Amino acid sequence: MRSLVAVLTVVAGIVGIWYLACVPMNIKGVLDAAERAGEQVQPMTAKERRDASAFGLVAKNGFAISRVWSVERPRLPAPHQVAVELWKTTVLKKVTSKRSLIYHGYVTLSATLMGFGIGTVLGIALAVGIVHSKVMDMSVMPWAIVSQTIPIIALAPMIIVVLYSIGVQGLLPKAIIAAYLSFFPVVVGMVKGLRSPDHMQLDLMKTYNASGNQVFWKLRLPSSMPYLFASLKIGIAASLVGAIVGELPTGAVAGLGARLLAGSYYGQTVQIWSALFGAAILAAVLVALLGLIERVLLGRMGVKS
Amino acid sequence: MELVALAVLVWVGGWLINRRLANGTQAETRAVQLAVPAIFGLTLLLVWELLVRGLEVPLVILPAPSLIAARFAASLPLLWQDFSQTILKGALGGYVIGCAAAFVVAILVDRSDFLRRGLLPVGNFVAALPIVGTAPILVMWFGFDWQSKAAVVVVMVFFPMLVNTVAGLRETDQMQRDLMHTYAASYWQSLLKLRLPAALPFVFNGLKISTTLALIGAIVAEFFGSPTVGMGFRISTSVGQLALDMVWAEIVVAALAGSLFYGLVALLEKSLTFWHPSQRS
Repeated sequence: MRSLVAVLTVVAGIVGIWYLACVPMNIKGVLDAAERAGEQVQPMTAKERRDASAFGLVAKNGFAISRVWSVERPRLPAPHQVAVELWKTTVLKKVTSKRSLIYHGYVTLSATLMGFGIGTVLGIALAVGIVHSKVMDMSVMPWAIVSQTIPIIALAPMIIVVLYSIGVQGLLPKAIIAAYLSFFPVVVGMVKGLRSPDHMQLDLMKTYNASGNQVFWKLRLPSSMPYLFASLKIGIAASLVGAIVGELPTGAVAGLGARLLAGSYYGQTVQIWSALFGAAILAAVLVALLGLIERVLLGRMGVKS
Repeated sequence: MELVALAVLVWVGGWLINRRLANGTQAETRAVQLAVPAIFGLTLLLVWELLVRGLEVPLVILPAPSLIAARFAASLPLLWQDFSQTILKGALGGYVIGCAAAFVVAILVDRSDFLRRGLLPVGNFVAALPIVGTAPILVMWFGFDWQSKAAVVVVMVFFPMLVNTVAGLRETDQMQRDLMHTYAASYWQSLLKLRLPAALPFVFNGLKISTTLALIGAIVAEFFGSPTVGMGFRISTSVGQLALDMVWAEIVVAALAGSLFYGLVALLEKSLTFWHPSQRS
């Protein structure tokens, strides 16, 4: 309960700072518009204002402050503007509309989930191989670890274009990017998890005369679950970033990444912010969903958290 | 066709060598532990080269490693320019500012229990979000040059670093703090002599996570607009011209920069937290 109050306070503080930041960020645009409307503005010309400091402008033109939160194309939209845009593009628009954020979110989500599924299955398979084969462990594992320190997302534009040139387009290229971004965290986490049973437990299995298969299914796999879920959460966030970045290079028309790009081309800041918050909500829901599955699954397995 | 057959042969050969090494008596020595992944990597490169030549894969799909190496060697000045624009200015600048800011904020936050309770969940939440998406906004604010890339990096590294440092500052237990208390240590003394050293493993964890994030942020932000120099710019324009050997050369640079950056931070960690159990072997 006390934590909730604290979290809400911090969030309220951030929103407050955001509203305050709108004043210096948007004051120049507001004054330009006021000048065009024939109002008295200090200093008079746009040229002088460009060189003046934002805080000085605010001090000299107190009447304009109330307008900074309702600019058409603000440099920094106010929180309620973003909220209104989110509401308009999700609830009020039809889902099939090209301007519905749900439609764009769905496009990105389907690529994310498909890639995440492929990456996770392959990652777990490789991890099982690594745990069981010393050769694979020694040859592949160092590379899997090194790959975590490399910005492999830089491959994304190339994958999109190369696949496009051989006729593959749409969902699959984005899914491939999402897949390889979630693949490596899952491999590393799963190997750690499958190795987590200690000597005592392995010895106990041996005294039971358990076969390799039994050790795997009854000891290694169950004890790897907390590690697996920790890396799944990293993996799905990485997959989402991959799917969004995968939408940039071809100038895709649909998806959250396309919304971001279109917004930055046409200076539609409110659209960028709403797409950004759409992506953030999506990521939060996905991670929370994984957390819920983890809680239920580990609860049924009898792990105390 | 012979080249494809040769590729299969090389693959099998490399695997057999590694199997002997890994299951041999010397498997635990350091030399073998380095040799096995090196042989695996070399085999992979050789197979790639032979397959691309044998199957005559066009350049626009996958260039051979030898071509990439040639391109790399031929355009060193250009690659260095891109490297200094993206990594040295954008990524490193943002990394230093972001990590330093997060560190200071963490120390301030740590003084108030209430703030810590509020900020930790928010920080954990933000750390999982696709922050690269702020790139178009920050490019709009700070212009096309490296300042906007550094700003993206600052936003990306801030929260992982903050969360780790705050968690690290909680690492000391009651006994240790009581001991400092009985010494009549002031806040600053106990911070500098007890709590900061105890927090170092966590701080370095944050720093290491942030190295990769910094490179990702700096490169991806250039996809949203950049001057005519920079790794992200070069990758996106070379992809447009189907000059894939150049793209791969940039990826090699990114890989080298990434592992070097991480390696340096890890080295620093090793020398500063030599006392921690995870560093003793």
